[in-house]
Amino acid sequence: MSLRNLRNPGLWITVLAVALLGLWPIVTQRASTREEIFTVMLSVVLASSLNILLGYTGYVSFGHIVFFGLGGYVGLYLIIVQGWSLWPSMIAGGLAAGLLALLLGQAILRLRGSYFALATIGINEAMRAFINNFEPFGGPTGLSLNFQTYNQYGGAANALWLIYYIVLILAVFNIFLSYIVKTSKFGLGLMAIREDEDAAEVMGVITPRSKTWAYVLSAILPGVVGVLFFFKNGNIEPPQAFRLHLSIELLVMVMLGGYGTVFGPLLGAVGYQRLRGLLLTSDLFKNIQLAVAGLLLLLIILFIPAGAVGWLRQRFPVVRRFIP
Amino acid sequence: MILQVSGVSKWFGGLKALTDVTFSLQEGQILGLIGPNGAGKTTLFNVINGVYKPSEGAVNFRGVDITGMKTYEIARMGLARAHQIVRPLNELTVRDNVMVGACFGRENHALGGARVIADEVMEFVGLEKRADQLASNLNIGQKKRLEMARALAARPYLLLLDEVLAGLNPAEITRMIDIVHKIRERGTTIVMIEHVMQAVMSVSDQVLVLDFGKPIAFGPPGEVANDARVVEAYLGDPELAKQLLAPSSDESEQDA
Repeated sequence: MSLRNLRNPGLWITVLAVALLGLWPIVTQRASTREEIFTVMLSVVLASSLNILLGYTGYVSFGHIVFFGLGGYVGLYLIIVQGWSLWPSMIAGGLAAGLLALLLGQAILRLRGSYFALATIGINEAMRAFINNFEPFGGPTGLSLNFQTYNQYGGAANALWLIYYIVLILAVFNIFLSYIVKTSKFGLGLMAIREDEDAAEVMGVITPRSKTWAYVLSAILPGVVGVLFFFKNGNIEPPQAFRLHLSIELLVMVMLGGYGTVFGPLLGAVGYQRLRGLLLTSDLFKNIQLAVAGLLLLLIILFIPAGAVGWLRQRFPVVRRFIP
Repeated sequence: MILQVSGVSKWFGGLKALTDVTFSLQEGQILGLIGPNGAGKTTLFNVINGVYKPSEGAVNFRGVDITGMKTYEIARMGLARAHQIVRPLNELTVRDNVMVGACFGRENHALGGARVIADEVMEFVGLEKRADQLASNLNIGQKKRLEMARALAARPYLLLLDEVLAGLNPAEITRMIDIVHKIRERGTTIVMIEHVMQAVMSVSDQVLVLDFGKPIAFGPPGEVANDARVVEAYLGDPELAKQLLAPSSDESEQDA
C-alpha cells in the first residue's frame, strides 16, 4: 500500500458515488428516503465486507450474516444489560464478530470449496440455536431496548439520523478498506489463493494466516453495523439476527455487481435493493421476491459470472483504470 | 551442500512411490532427474518442497532439516518450483503473477520492489510485452515461461524445474534451454526433471535416474548414459538409446 495508489481516479469515483447517494436523504431531509438509503448503505457494508472473503480470497461464505447477528447481540447486550453507550458497544460488536471469525478461521478455513461453504451455513444455524438457549442474551425472546435509551442521543428521531450518518461513514470507510486490501501485498496474496491455493503456497504465500485475516477483516464491519441495525430496530431475536436468506441475498449482491472488484459490491447492493424495493411493492412479486433473487443468482452465474463490473472490465479493458 | 536427500521413501497406501532415495547437490550445479513415466520424479519434488511429508528419511536444505515443514515455509527459505502442469493465476495479469513470486519468496519484497523485480524477470524470460495481459490469455509456451518467471522472481537458492520443456515446439525448447543456461550462470542451483534427453545431458552436471521409485544411477551425464542398468531399465532398447543420445538425433527424442 502506497500513497500512489490513492491517486487512482477509480477509487474516488467509487467514493463519490457512495457519498452522493448517501447525501441525498440529508439534502431532502425526508425520513422515507433516509430509510431506503439506510438499507442500501447497510447492504453496501455487508456486501463489500463479504467481497474481501468471497471476491478476493475465493471462499464462498453462505453464513456471513452470523457476524451481523452476533455483533448485534453483543452490542445490544452491552447497551441494555451493562448500560454502555452506543460507541463502545459498536466497537465491541465489531470485535466480537472479528474474534468469532478468528476462531472459526482456525477450524474451517482448512476446508476448501463447497465444504467450506457448507460449514459456514452450519455455523449460522449453530449460532442461532446457541443464542436461543443462552439466557444472558434473553434466549428465544431476545433483548429489547428501553425507549428512554434514545434520549441520550437527542431522542428517537435524532438517533435515527445519527445511526444513518454512522452507517454512511462506515460504507465510505469500507470502500477505502476494500480498495486498500485489493491494492496491497496482502491482497495480492489473497488473489493468488483465489486463483490457485496450492500454487500460492508453493510461491510462499502463508495461506492459513492470509485466509484467517481475510475472514476476520470481512467479519468486523458486519459486526459493527449489526449493532447499529438492532439498536435502531430496538430489539433483537434469534430468528431476526441469523436470517440465512440475508446471507444469500448478500451473495447475490456481490455476484451481481462483480466479485473481486471494489465497485462491484456497491453497484450490486444498490441494484439489488432497488430491484427488491420494486418487487416488494408489486402485487405479482411481493410474495416471491426471494425466488426472484435465487433466479437472479442462477442467471448471473450462468451468463455473466464476472458480474456487471467484471463484465465491463473484461469487455472494455480501459474501464479497469476507472472502476477498481 | 545446498540440498541433501537422505533415505527418503514415500508410500501412498500400499504403493511405494519412492524407495530409499539418497543424493546430495552442491551449490551452483544442475542436477538432471530422469526416469520413465511414473518413476516418482514429481513425487520426489513434492517431498523436497513440502507438498508431501516423506514416510521415511529426511531432506536438508542449506543446513536446515526441512522434513515436514510447510510448503510456504520452504518457499520462503529460498526454494522455488516451476510446475509440470502450468498453474497460472488466470485472472491476474502476467506482472501480478510474477510479483507474487517476488513478494512472498525468499526476499519478501514490498509491492514496489516486487514490481521492479517482476519487470526484470519478465524481460529475462521474454514476457515483457505480455506484462499487462491476463495470464489466462497466454499460450502454452508463454505459460511455461511464466511458471519459470514466477519461480525466478523469488530469487531462489534452489530451483526445481518440472518438465519445463514438455509440450513446447523446437524453437521454444531452444529458447527455454537458453534461459536455463542463463539461470545457471547466475549461480542458481537447479534440479530439473526432463524427458528431452539431449537437454538433460547437455546442461546437467549430475544426473539421477529413478526407476519405479528407486534410484538406479547417479553421476555425471556421460557415465549415467553408458550405465547398463540405465540403458536397460530406462530406455529399454540399447539401440534406441544410442539413437537418442547421438548428438545428431532428430525430434523423436520427445518421450511423452
